[in-house]
Amino acid sequence: MIDAVSFREARDELETSARPVGDKRVTAEEAIRLVSDGDHVAIGGTCYSRSPMALVFAMLRAQPRHLTVSRPLSCYEVDLLLASGVADKIVTSWVGIGLQWGLSQVLRHYVEGGLAVYEEWSHLAIGLRYKAGAMGVPFLPVLSMLGSDMAAAVSLKTVSCPYTDERLAAIPAVNPDVALIHAHRADRFGNTQVDGYRHMDSDMARAARKVIVSAERIVSTDEISSRPWTTMLPHFAVDAVVEAPFGAYPNECYGLYDADFAHFDDYVGLVREQGVVGARSYVDGNVREVADFAGFLRRVGDERLNELSEEAGRLMPR
Amino acid sequence: MSEVATTGGATREELIAVTASRLLSDHRVVFAGVGMPLLASALARRRQAPDLTIVLEGGIIGTTLLPGHLPVSTNEMRAAFGAQMLTDVTDIFLFAQRGFFDYGFLGAAQVDMFGNINTSIIGDIDSPDVRLPGSGGANDIISLCNETFIVTTHELRRFVPRVDFVTSPGYLSGGDSRAEAGLILGKVGCVITDLALMDFEPTSRRMRLRALQFGVEAAQVQAQTGFELLVSDDVEVLPPPLPEELEIYRNLRDGASVSSESTSEVPLKVGGQR
Repeated sequence: MIDAVSFREARDELETSARPVGDKRVTAEEAIRLVSDGDHVAIGGTCYSRSPMALVFAMLRAQPRHLTVSRPLSCYEVDLLLASGVADKIVTSWVGIGLQWGLSQVLRHYVEGGLAVYEEWSHLAIGLRYKAGAMGVPFLPVLSMLGSDMAAAVSLKTVSCPYTDERLAAIPAVNPDVALIHAHRADRFGNTQVDGYRHMDSDMARAARKVIVSAERIVSTDEISSRPWTTMLPHFAVDAVVEAPFGAYPNECYGLYDADFAHFDDYVGLVREQGVVGARSYVDGNVREVADFAGFLRRVGDERLNELSEEAGRLMPR
Repeated sequence: MSEVATTGGATREELIAVTASRLLSDHRVVFAGVGMPLLASALARRRQAPDLTIVLEGGIIGTTLLPGHLPVSTNEMRAAFGAQMLTDVTDIFLFAQRGFFDYGFLGAAQVDMFGNINTSIIGDIDSPDVRLPGSGGANDIISLCNETFIVTTHELRRFVPRVDFVTSPGYLSGGDSRAEAGLILGKVGCVITDLALMDFEPTSRRMRLRALQFGVEAAQVQAQTGFELLVSDDVEVLPPPLPEELEIYRNLRDGASVSSESTSEVPLKVGGQR
């Protein structure tokens, strides 16, 4: 169940490491070298919302093996990671493309066939695993998960309150080896700003041992300081900064662009026709046959990206 | 959900949604999922509960919805339309644990006689026949909201004696077993289907027929239920959906293709008094 370093190891590592304030800008391909075979990689955002797709695509290109991948709610990136042999364990509360696309045929193939493990927690429990990791404590108590078969499946333990004797579920911390986060803005030092809902990104990143941030725009520290209340991560919690406009596509990025449902339709159509082979051919065509994420976006085309931006504008408060 | 016409020209989905919407009181807070629960909540806001606050697990409080532009997930800009607060996912569930959320709304792939829900695994956990998407927030909603409603079409394959896997605990094995498992918050209020409304008998915690949809016989409900339903002493008949309820519902779902007067007369108010 606890397949990452302990909270003490994670803490000791920070305490003894030098974290100089310096220019952390790199390409996605350089940044993803922080991921090693067998790592626990936490992927920020959530089902088709601000997931760090430029970084996920770089990871699919680098092809590390036997990763454990955790997320709040998953989307088609889990299909891609399973089908390309990058991940063989998924830790999350929900896997699918989105409600209107039905069950993930790729997940079914891998999990029903015993080829991959889906370790299921409730949505709050996943959040508290990151939050405990972010707080530097080994667990957090909660009043859900109890009595369910999910609890039995992950050998969840309970704890008695030392003051009231109430029994609570003890959700174990996770300190992922690497967290991948996509943000609206970052400066070169890693100060990272997000608009709109934050999903579980703040806790996930603070819990992680290494953090890669991709950002729509790299901005000056002065610009960061002009809106410090939107800063989600300070520079000392970030290890690498990648400039990635439209870096969450085909996910939405709050206020900037809508999700591309037609892209998901096409993907699901491919998988319905060809199963896992369809997911692999998606990776071949959109990841391996192009040099980088910008190349993938060029295939999508400016016209489509502009439409998605305009739709986001229509959905913003006025 | 199928588009089979039922009472008064309403589809099964519309019948469930209208029935569910009537259960929501004004000045309360509802934790809704996308799809029909969200539409039912939005309908209630345009009828008896203009100060009902809708919360979505994407970290969204007080959404109002743009008719015809419904969210597909609980964490996207359409779900956040008109919201008064955007926070993170964990934070939303902690509001629920604190006790702020009066109602939760859940669908179910499988539900059993004690209101346990399975959205995880059909078959055996070690070699599942079907791996379903999983809990999402359902386990937390049914464990932490003050009262949870289950909404689903009434089909024999869904209403099973015992779910294959308890994703979201109802009354577990009945009696006091829910509390004994440590689930000291919340309760499963009722199950709303296109055939009936069922609650849970207070001692055994077994599912009990409480009311029939208009024109439905008790025997039809039992025939679509894979276990023996208890029957309340005073089974009521639910009034069929009103034309104005269906009009508002369809307008919300499809946009202003029909007269929009009934939705525009309710101002989008700020906040919800508790």
